[in-house]
Amino acid sequence: MDFLYELLVQPFADMIFEPLFFIETVVKGLMAGVLYSLVALGFVLIFKASGVFNFAQGTMALFAALTLTGLMEKLDLGMPHWMLVILCLALTVVVMIVLAVVVERFVLRPLVNQELIILFMATLGLSYVLEGVGDLAWGSDVKVLDLGLPEGVWDIGGVFVEQLDVIAAVAAGGMVAVLAVFFSKTRIGRALRAVADDHQAALSVGISLQQIWVIVWSVAGLVALVAGVMWGSKSGVQFSLSLIALKALPVLILGGFTSIPGAIIGGLIIGVGEKVAEVFWYHIHGGAVENWFAYMLALVFLMFRPQGLFGDKIIERV
Amino acid sequence: MLYRETGQFKTSYQSDQALFTITQDRFLVGAILAVAVFLIPFGINDYWSKSILLPFLVFALISLGLNILVGYCGQISLGTGGFMAVGAYSCYKIMTSFPELNLIVVIVLAGLCAAGVGVLFGLPSLRIKGFYLAVATLAAQFFLVWMFNKVPWFYNYEMSQITAPPREVFGVLVTSAEASPAAQYLFMLGFVIVFTWIAMNLVRGRVGRSWMAIRDRDIAAELMGVRPLQTKLTAFAVSSFYVGMGGALVFTIWLGTVEVTETFDILQSSFFVLFAIIIGGLGSILGSFLGAAFMTLMPVVLKVLLVDVVGVIPVTAKHIEFILVGSLIIIFLINEPHGMARMWGIAKEKMRLWPFPY
Repeated sequence: MDFLYELLVQPFADMIFEPLFFIETVVKGLMAGVLYSLVALGFVLIFKASGVFNFAQGTMALFAALTLTGLMEKLDLGMPHWMLVILCLALTVVVMIVLAVVVERFVLRPLVNQELIILFMATLGLSYVLEGVGDLAWGSDVKVLDLGLPEGVWDIGGVFVEQLDVIAAVAAGGMVAVLAVFFSKTRIGRALRAVADDHQAALSVGISLQQIWVIVWSVAGLVALVAGVMWGSKSGVQFSLSLIALKALPVLILGGFTSIPGAIIGGLIIGVGEKVAEVFWYHIHGGAVENWFAYMLALVFLMFRPQGLFGDKIIERV
Repeated sequence: MLYRETGQFKTSYQSDQALFTITQDRFLVGAILAVAVFLIPFGINDYWSKSILLPFLVFALISLGLNILVGYCGQISLGTGGFMAVGAYSCYKIMTSFPELNLIVVIVLAGLCAAGVGVLFGLPSLRIKGFYLAVATLAAQFFLVWMFNKVPWFYNYEMSQITAPPREVFGVLVTSAEASPAAQYLFMLGFVIVFTWIAMNLVRGRVGRSWMAIRDRDIAAELMGVRPLQTKLTAFAVSSFYVGMGGALVFTIWLGTVEVTETFDILQSSFFVLFAIIIGGLGSILGSFLGAAFMTLMPVVLKVLLVDVVGVIPVTAKHIEFILVGSLIIIFLINEPHGMARMWGIAKEKMRLWPFPY
């Protein structure tokens, strides 16, 4: 009985009697969710354009953040902080674009037309390489990323919100808006959608697959950079950053592999669910439920809606 | 010339149904087995057993299990570490609850426990497939590892690190640190040989064929009368049985002491084994062995080369090892996506024609 009480009654009682605390937890969850969404967004972009399930997205975030902090240490020659930040950001963007070109040339191009699992494993190999290169170039100790972003806490009617989280949310929102415009209004965006729809048809109307892949991987690199910066300024740049890739997977499942809004909403749901479960159901399991909650949620969800919230309906023919 | 089956006629159903129909294969397998059983135990020492032979054998068994699921039945699983943990912890529970039970029985029972859990987590495979399923099996990985770390019943209310108590099989000590390397090696080898033989027969029989039918085209297979429910769940059960036994062997024989969050971590178990079967060859028994050998030997060789020969400091060597492992995997996938088993197939073709290639 005690167990059932703790499972079914007490958490809800806590939520009702401490509404402010509950809201604060939800807000915290939303903010964590924004970061998941950012990583998931990178996945969706690449999956849509090349059908590659890019496991290296998390490592790309780590790599971008490592490069940024490394550059900032090396180039700190007495110029004003904001100039240093902008310079290093620009350089990191260049690095990510070069990375996209290299990946397209040496990994994707030889693997055209291979099975999905092979491509997936190749990106896993890529994540090993990136991690090794990042650690080798910039060292593997935990780094502090200081971009001069505000770090205080806002008190909104008794609910505490971290400013950094708000900035992350705004950045994510802006990013999605820019991407939406990019995908629907520009020439390249339309080419991207054509490639996503059908590789061969796109080729036959003169769209260069290779060029498109470079662009997509660059954009995914930028998304990774934003995610890496946000996550890095929150909890330091370290190896665990690459593990958020694993967290982004259930987000994808929930939202559907092919949907950008799905990635965002899935991320928010997972973020909130995780935090609420961690905080309010703490008594029964002794913590660390964050490790698996998202996966279980995705698993249960898949039973009812295999294509995710916004994914394309899966139709199969023999 | 070297590998020509001309003139080898099969005159009975028995010889037609044999596991190795070609004389050369029989010789080769016989020779390898003879070396493994009669020579290696005399030359073995602690270093060779703990860092090369035991991990190779146990990962061969686990790769075989995962290959049944991924290679033969086409269901991608990233939950290998979780199922290994089920094997290890149920083995620990059974060992400590029934100290009289023979270790062989205990390990098979542990495999059965893992099979049960595997079926449970295999249920979603009826609704979802491909990468969706892969993510669903990640749930198994994270949930099971968390459970064994947090629920005290599984580690007998002591430390979350479990240690194998000393056990004898046929009067010879095989677990704990005092056991002789030869005994441990032979115990492990026995398991690998017996269960490889069983797997070879399973995959060419009715069960294996229905797995392959589901893998190649599940809807078509269903129309032909292969039942997806039974087929997928047996694949999950058999696969988890092998993986669970592997986990139990990792715990009892190879490591002796297991900390669930480290040993059965996703990178070190699930992805490791997945790499092994992809590099070795999906849907191939031989491939499981080659892949396991590659994945266990490569880090050892790289470490020896980098640290002892070139003289790089260990921390840097670790990073270089990461880069090399990653690039080797990519190079392998690009050059031979069907793995080392296919390379062996090509080599056999060449040997058949040699020395007149045209």
